Amino acid sequence: MAQLGVTIGNLQLSNPVLTASGTFGYGEEFSDFIDLDRLGGFIVKGTTLEPRQGNDYPRMVETPSGMLNAVGLQNKGVDYFIENIYPRLIKYSSEIIVNISGSSVDDYYKVAEKLNTLPRINAIEVNISCPNVKTGGMAFGTTTSGAASVTKAVREAFDKTVIVKLSPNVTDITEIARAVENEGADAVSLINTLMGMAIDVERQRPYLSTYTGGLSGAAVRPVAVRMVWQVHKAVNIPIIGLGGIMNGRDALEFILAGATAIEVGTANFINPAATVEIVKYIDDYCRRHNVNDINQLIGII
Amino acid sequence: MLKLTPLDRGISLSDMNIRPGQFVQVKTPDNATFLRRPISICNIDFFSNQLWILVRDAGNGSRAIMNSPVNSKLNIILPLGNGFAVDKSGPSPILIGGGVGVAPLLMLGAELKERGIQPTFLIGARNKEAILLEKELSAYGPVFVSTDDGSYGSIGLVTQNPVLDNNFSSIYCCGPLPMMKAVAKIASAKSLFCEVSLENVMGCGIGACLCCVEKTTEGNLCVCKEGPVFNINKLLWHN
Repeated sequence: MAQLGVTIGNLQLSNPVLTASGTFGYGEEFSDFIDLDRLGGFIVKGTTLEPRQGNDYPRMVETPSGMLNAVGLQNKGVDYFIENIYPRLIKYSSEIIVNISGSSVDDYYKVAEKLNTLPRINAIEVNISCPNVKTGGMAFGTTTSGAASVTKAVREAFDKTVIVKLSPNVTDITEIARAVENEGADAVSLINTLMGMAIDVERQRPYLSTYTGGLSGAAVRPVAVRMVWQVHKAVNIPIIGLGGIMNGRDALEFILAGATAIEVGTANFINPAATVEIVKYIDDYCRRHNVNDINQLIGII
Repeated sequence: MLKLTPLDRGISLSDMNIRPGQFVQVKTPDNATFLRRPISICNIDFFSNQLWILVRDAGNGSRAIMNSPVNSKLNIILPLGNGFAVDKSGPSPILIGGGVGVAPLLMLGAELKERGIQPTFLIGARNKEAILLEKELSAYGPVFVSTDDGSYGSIGLVTQNPVLDNNFSSIYCCGPLPMMKAVAKIASAKSLFCEVSLENVMGCGIGACLCCVEKTTEGNLCVCKEGPVFNINKLLWHN
């Protein structure tokens, strides 16, 4: 077996394969299909200070090679996570990363501060790029000042690894990446969903209750690979690449473009075992290409 | 109707504890669609180790599944969802199905009969050609039919069928949303135990993506995991 371990901030991952927030529940939903301990780690559902009911149904529509969603961060809040979900997750040995979101800088600070007390949570992923909530979310991720202010607050509240998840819905993603790097982010993950829209022409109505939603799936992959490649040239912190990774080949595209680790998202819905198949593919790939350490492949394009 | 057998002969469907009202997620052949398609389990033939699914042409995905050649392979995930509460039926349940929604009623009828309970079936469709499974259902109890155009059985909606004037102990229902809402209204008026099977658009099918939610007395619940079967008292349809 090739050396597949990678480092993100202070996180030592046994392999570069993570799961994308919002596509993997709390991990447990997938335990019938895969051994969660074979993942580098898993990133659980977006968590906010207060419980959120999310948006009205319909929240999802399939589109060519992808899907639009407008879930709107439905979750039971950070306190519920700490009391009821965290105790169930600590039996897994792979890293558990919590994705956090808020509608004010203070929200982000408070959620990060609460999670900082949990010994098994060694990293948080800060969502400044959700296109499906009215306040906050993407608003912070589309300006350098907004992204910087959230990163600064979370950096103060959380002693361990801080990953900032970037929005692709910007003119120049590299300037946002540099802004969060300057405020002390340990890593960036990209891309979140691309804002999109689909219309039912027979009924002359949008498919989603919110009209617009976030596009994910294979359709977004070339955009994501391009952005990872651009950001890799612009910052010195590690990049976690995601966006339409359906299999091991796709994962390697991101690694070659500059990603130290990758997240598997929408593919989990179609193949609940996609993650572990990707780990195996990467190992086989390294052997085929006489690579004894995955780190030798990162960003060679 | 597709009749499927596990490729691995060592897998026995009877070991899976499959309940009536549960569903499968089918990967569409030749990637006809991006996501899987959820389909109700119609029946399990334990003797031949066969899973039956009834598929209606409702788009690219279902068409690709329907057109799978004999002896071809399908990638499916099962069993998913909660299923009907069979033990709440009482002595004289009525099982109401509309269109392809009759599918899960076949396995439900079989299970009720096994428990010594004879269900009554009421099935409806646009016209005679669209009435499905009448013969199969009749093995477990009397079958009443309604068609919109009166080409077979009673004319009109299932909720107008005179059989509903009789007394029943419970109602189980699967079909188009307006039909289920009308049936729920009748059940509420008579204070009958009533379960309906919802078919909200699904992503993952295992409660991870939170796309298929229904508003309930307990907040937004995933139809794929907390459902697809819901007691009508849990739904906010009367609002």
